[in-house]
Amino acid sequence: MVKKAEQQTIERRGGALMRLRGLMRKEFLQILRDPSSIAIAFLMPVVLLLLFGYGVSLDAEHVPITLVVEHPSAVTARFTKGFLGSRYFNPNQMLSIREGTQSLLDHEANGLVYLREDFAESLQRTEGGAIQVIINGVDANNARLISGYVEGVWNDWIKRESLKQGSGPAMPVQVQQRIWFNSEVRSQNFLVPGLIAVIMTLIGALLTALIMSREWERGTMEALMVSPVAMREVIIGKLVPYFLLGMGGMTLSVVMAVFLFHVPLRGSLWLLFAGAALFLLTALGMGLLISTLARSQFVASQVAIIATFLPAFILSGFIFDIGSMPPVIQGLTHIVAARYFVAILQSVFLAGNVWSVVLPNALALIVMATIFLGITRRRSRKRLE
Amino acid sequence: MGRRIFALMIKEFLALLKDKKSRTVIIVPPLVQLLVFSYAATFDLTRVSFAVYNEDSGYAARDLLAGFTGSTNFREVARISSDQEIAPLINSRKVLLVLHIGPQFSRNLFLRRPAELQVIVDGRNSNTAMVVLSYVRSIVTSYNDRWIERHGLPKPPARLLTRFWFNQNLESRWFIVPGVVGILTLVVTILVTGLSVAREREQGTFDQLLVTPLRPVEILFGKALPGFIIGLGEASLIMLLAVIWFNVPLRGNILILYTGIVLFLMSAVGVGLMISSLAVTQQQGLLGAFLFIVPSIILSGFATPIANMPEIVQRITLLNPLRYYLVVLRGVFLENTPFALLIHQFWPMALIGVVSLASAAWLFRHRMY
Repeated sequence: MVKKAEQQTIERRGGALMRLRGLMRKEFLQILRDPSSIAIAFLMPVVLLLLFGYGVSLDAEHVPITLVVEHPSAVTARFTKGFLGSRYFNPNQMLSIREGTQSLLDHEANGLVYLREDFAESLQRTEGGAIQVIINGVDANNARLISGYVEGVWNDWIKRESLKQGSGPAMPVQVQQRIWFNSEVRSQNFLVPGLIAVIMTLIGALLTALIMSREWERGTMEALMVSPVAMREVIIGKLVPYFLLGMGGMTLSVVMAVFLFHVPLRGSLWLLFAGAALFLLTALGMGLLISTLARSQFVASQVAIIATFLPAFILSGFIFDIGSMPPVIQGLTHIVAARYFVAILQSVFLAGNVWSVVLPNALALIVMATIFLGITRRRSRKRLE
Repeated sequence: MGRRIFALMIKEFLALLKDKKSRTVIIVPPLVQLLVFSYAATFDLTRVSFAVYNEDSGYAARDLLAGFTGSTNFREVARISSDQEIAPLINSRKVLLVLHIGPQFSRNLFLRRPAELQVIVDGRNSNTAMVVLSYVRSIVTSYNDRWIERHGLPKPPARLLTRFWFNQNLESRWFIVPGVVGILTLVVTILVTGLSVAREREQGTFDQLLVTPLRPVEILFGKALPGFIIGLGEASLIMLLAVIWFNVPLRGNILILYTGIVLFLMSAVGVGLMISSLAVTQQQGLLGAFLFIVPSIILSGFATPIANMPEIVQRITLLNPLRYYLVVLRGVFLENTPFALLIHQFWPMALIGVVSLASAAWLFRHRMY
């Protein structure tokens, strides 16, 4: 009796494995037949990383700037010298302020530095002279950067002047800055790891967003229902092949980040991949959930477009700082899985194995993956509506 | 011809709006996203957390630090008393920066030697680090001005008087909200058109459409107009919200704005239909939609300026209709740009629109399985 029962359980288990193998085989064949899945997993990360890795940068260099010097002399040249040699500026000298403002209005220059006719004399007065600076403020972030660069040129000029007159430091307090983890201030170093998170969000959701709704729409879900396959097995059978594909894409992205974009990888590789595996499960789970709830490929596609890319782009902290968002929006960012992955990626790449950052974020990913897959499991019963 | 197009249009609208889920997806998320993203997408920093490591007991140092604690941009979260405490605070992201004042600070200041404020910043996000440093510098500069004034020291030979045109207070929201209007217009249009042909192809109804008396041009109009109308409606709604809710100034001419919107919608609808008619299955349609939307947004100048991109990538952006649309939106909203200066934004969008619409119509008949 006991033996028979045991044998039955063994058979059932063996049956489950066989069924799972069958399902995965079918899924793999489907992937191979419609090359778009393979394109999503391997072509998309390469194309997107190349485009964005090179294209996305917040480092403004060679900013076109107009220098209006009404009365050029040796004194004004000592000031404008700072612009001519700088890699931040691409200066263009003009003689009248009217020409100068026109160049600003025509977007030929982003900024204007104006030295009046009496500049040289005004330096001798006790209250000092004035240098007018006008910057196009439409792109506020860029304008702030440019204003900082101009200030740098001005600061150097003041130091040179006071050194010449031997009058001690012109500025009582001086800022001495040290930027950790990214001392050369390359925006690529933080944008490329963030981009990996955005791209993996797309891949994960795109791979799975349609696979359940496709089965419903084509009626093959009903065929699966009358087979001995359990719903749990259907979900696992769909998850595993796409998980492997996604990890392939992830590997490709990391290789490109390190060898092509020279982003330093200061943490350990296994931690990076452990984080990636957790995130991929979450992203695939989200895709499966969309697919299960939508039931039609059309609606699933629409939801996937809206719910994946833009939130991952704007709310993940990849480019916009989460700490500065209003509290309500900060609360909302907690349901964006990419947020946790971005934090893990930026720390592991640039700072190292910082457990106080990695652990809470990994935990959040585990919770999210469980929720997504759990709801998917509950909502995909063997029932027709 | 007009009646046939109209009939097809009605059918398209029904296909889109009849399904409750699909209807909700088209209307609700763009409005919610405008609100959320416009608040979220800002480079301005508030409540930057910092720690103080002050080894100086003089009032001058306290006075300098008061400039930070008194500012709404900064929030003090810790006071530390040794070098070893800096790394854990920054590594775990508890603070973004540490202000270190050495023991000689006050002494140097009074002896008119250079007194240093050492600032240690988390550079994981280098842009945030740069913005924080610019805030720090402006606080230190105003402290210096006061110090010079109070102690009768010689003033620097010249001051900088900086003004920002069009956006005096450097509100990044003024820059971002028109950008969000642009990207949401794009997403809605692609949402409506990107899968419309692919779905019919997959279900086989497109072949039926092709054997009716409808000519490809008529099918094109029937498919394009719903996307155009929905896009126009949502763009207007989103812009209204931008002006009323976010108080973004609308300084330019509304007719110029709508010229830009119409041309952009034409190009976006065209590209959407082209993707859709290239795809044989909806999965391919979805892939195509993503492969268009994602690069369009990232390479549009929405978040990172096009001028910072390398030459080759800048050339690629010339194919991106969103790039031109954003210039029009920001120009008309903030700078009151006249029509003549925007011609160079208008004609590329018109060209992209005509070419993509024509190729979509051609693909209707010539891509069959």
